[in-house]
Amino acid sequence: MTSFNLTDTQASKISSTLTKLRHQMGAPAVGMVLTLVVVCDEAGQYDSVRAATEAAREHPSRILVVIGRDPKEPNRLDAELRVGESSPGEVVLLRLYGELTKHAESVISPLLLTDTPVVVWWPGGAPDVPAGDKVGKLASRRITDAHASRDSVKAIVGRCGGYVPGDTDLAWTRLTTWRSLLAAAFDQNVGRVKKGLVEASPGHASATLLASWLSDRLDAPIEVGESSGPGLTAVRLTLASGGDLTLTRSDARLATLSRPGQPDRRVALARRPTSELLAEELRRLDPDEIYAATLRHLAGGTK
Amino acid sequence: MARTNGGKQAAISEDAQMAAAAVATTATTDEVLESNPLRDPRDKRLPRVAGPCVLVLFGVTGDLAKRKLLPAIYDLGNRGLLPPGFSLVGFARRDWAHEDFAQVTYEAVKQYARTPFRDEVWKQICEGIHFCPGEFHDDGAFDVLSMMLKEIDETRGTGGNYAFYLSVPPKFFPTVVEQLKRTGLAKAPDGSWRRVVIEKPFGHDLKSAQELNAITSAVFPESSVFRIDHYLGKETVQNILALRFANTLYEPIWNRGYVDHVQITMAEDIGIGSRAGYYDGIGAARDVIQNHLLQLLALVAMEDPTSFDAQSLRREKEKVLKSVRLPDDLGLETIRGQYTAGWQGGEKVIGYLEEEGIPADSMTDTYAAIKLEVANRRWAGVPFYLRAGKRLGRRVTEVAVVFERAPHLPFSKDDTEILGQNALVIRVQPDEGITVRFGSKVPGTAMEVRDVSMDFAYGESFMESSPEAYERLLLDVLIGDPPLFPHQREVELSWQILDPIEDYWATHGRPEGYPAGTWGPPAADAMLARDGRVWRRL
Repeated sequence: MTSFNLTDTQASKISSTLTKLRHQMGAPAVGMVLTLVVVCDEAGQYDSVRAATEAAREHPSRILVVIGRDPKEPNRLDAELRVGESSPGEVVLLRLYGELTKHAESVISPLLLTDTPVVVWWPGGAPDVPAGDKVGKLASRRITDAHASRDSVKAIVGRCGGYVPGDTDLAWTRLTTWRSLLAAAFDQNVGRVKKGLVEASPGHASATLLASWLSDRLDAPIEVGESSGPGLTAVRLTLASGGDLTLTRSDARLATLSRPGQPDRRVALARRPTSELLAEELRRLDPDEIYAATLRHLAGGTK
Repeated sequence: MARTNGGKQAAISEDAQMAAAAVATTATTDEVLESNPLRDPRDKRLPRVAGPCVLVLFGVTGDLAKRKLLPAIYDLGNRGLLPPGFSLVGFARRDWAHEDFAQVTYEAVKQYARTPFRDEVWKQICEGIHFCPGEFHDDGAFDVLSMMLKEIDETRGTGGNYAFYLSVPPKFFPTVVEQLKRTGLAKAPDGSWRRVVIEKPFGHDLKSAQELNAITSAVFPESSVFRIDHYLGKETVQNILALRFANTLYEPIWNRGYVDHVQITMAEDIGIGSRAGYYDGIGAARDVIQNHLLQLLALVAMEDPTSFDAQSLRREKEKVLKSVRLPDDLGLETIRGQYTAGWQGGEKVIGYLEEEGIPADSMTDTYAAIKLEVANRRWAGVPFYLRAGKRLGRRVTEVAVVFERAPHLPFSKDDTEILGQNALVIRVQPDEGITVRFGSKVPGTAMEVRDVSMDFAYGESFMESSPEAYERLLLDVLIGDPPLFPHQREVELSWQILDPIEDYWATHGRPEGYPAGTWGPPAADAMLARDGRVWRRL
């Protein structure tokens, strides 16, 4: 790994240093497919950068990490460049001081890879309207994480108002494995669902989303119940033809699918690390219409 | 449709009725799939997951099962693509219990799986692992298998959907297929499916291919027969379609007006190893050119299909294979060779005739190069050079489309002396990717132009762990999606191309020797030299 520190610098210097470092490493060609902008604070920086670099193994990217420091200090930009660190892409940590903390976009936009998608990820706190944010405006895909806020359910409900195509939330990504198992269960004729219940540890945004998705797709009332966790623990659907279709998971790894008249089946359903969630997000860069519909349904239901 | 037949026969026993009802509720018919309220074509996050089913694997003790198939099953599970209740039944002549087979699978997974080992995934797969000991001609063993499958339907809810994977030498096909017919396993009740998967070789000439097909098609309908050519499961091979039909950049020049010739190469650095029994008498042309290379040729040369469903894709491939013309002089334009002792990659290796189990007068070709023409409007006059061989310089498979020289060069002859022809190379393995070669100015005050390469490495821009070919193909079998599997017609057309060459070789002399570690016999170079061309140096 080659690392390089620049203090009190500008975007153009960072850009030329990156080119120089790549040439030194003997790999001047750019095989990167996107720019990932990570907006976070110093405390969350380490974990976020690690998750982003792991995800970049699947999607080689230029990762720009924007870290807002003390706004009261004089204006300054420090950069830490890492090239060839166990991933095919590049990582640039940008530390912003003073008034510059409010103008991060001026640093980022000259550093974006040309003519490739830009993704912004807020691993911690996120703006209310991600697409309206100065940095968010540069991106075609904006990833937030409701679970990072103190009241995650409130956060996810709040996303409905500011939704713009291209928005997505990791609380939704976490559900893909659950949704895909439930969809597989419905590949066999299940009939109509009368009502349902999603159980999770208290205040779980993903549970709220899952209930909203099921209720939207199945046209049935789905409630959210509390359990001792961890995370999502069960989906119970009461069938019109009698009996329940249930998917339960108590150990965060192995789930049991049961349905009337059929043997119980165990199936792997592990909670996934952030890097995998992020990699899934980067796989599809088009607007997620199903997420949008689920948010709309959620907004309609909570009014 | 699946649920109307149950009550018709009054004499039906109660048990059978209950079984039929169980099948009906687990049926994964298209109508049910379409009406699934939780699926939506716009919901691209949800993967295609196969319906509940059992995979019956014949030949579990073989190398392929250990290295590829069992790990691929685990990898599918790890990616969340196996249905709940998925079960795997091994069948082999071993005195094993279920646990022993599970242990064998476990070891294969640990050693060869591409995705990280996860306990919960293993638990899910392990619960569905069964083993049925027996020999292929033993009726009792198949009766046990039949009962075992019925039981699995009950305990695991697999709904009578079985895929039979015949990872056994073709000489056993008739016995196994006959047994499946006798026990009624080949015939699917309404609302469920039965599929059979066979591996190459699909015969050793047209006649034997037809005989082989007669065996399977007597019992299984063509739509239930999945012929695995693992090359077609490779990402790069599928990417040929994307490259050609998703871009505007290449299609305008993809014809005789711009293409000078095409070279399709599959070189191996290894010898025949332990495959002597199979390889001798088959040779490079039958082993590789007939299936892999002609399929690559079809994908590179075909017209655009109306859609990517199996029928349209196969129709276009068949059209190309039908228009393939053999050279007039088979003696000069089809070359075969046989490796002799030599040095390969720093290692001293023996010649083909000294390999264990090979007769000293063997005429088998370990290298074959042929020149073909595709006689249609797009390709008339453009030669396709196909070559395959063992113990060559290194392991590489690629398709190189070499373009005409620029019709006029405004530079002096000296300036462009070292400028070659433009080329687009699709690297199939290893280091999958695409290279474009073109001329560029050499820095300096003089105007000198020389070749440079622009490189796209598949692994660099996308996933490090792109799915293995067998993963993709197994999933397609379980889902019932056939575009990546060659149709019997394609198999027969390929043999029609190769048979005259093999006949000619059988009656005209013997293969020319080439030292191991070199790039084939001199005659192959001479063949291209006569056309004013050279093989790409790989």
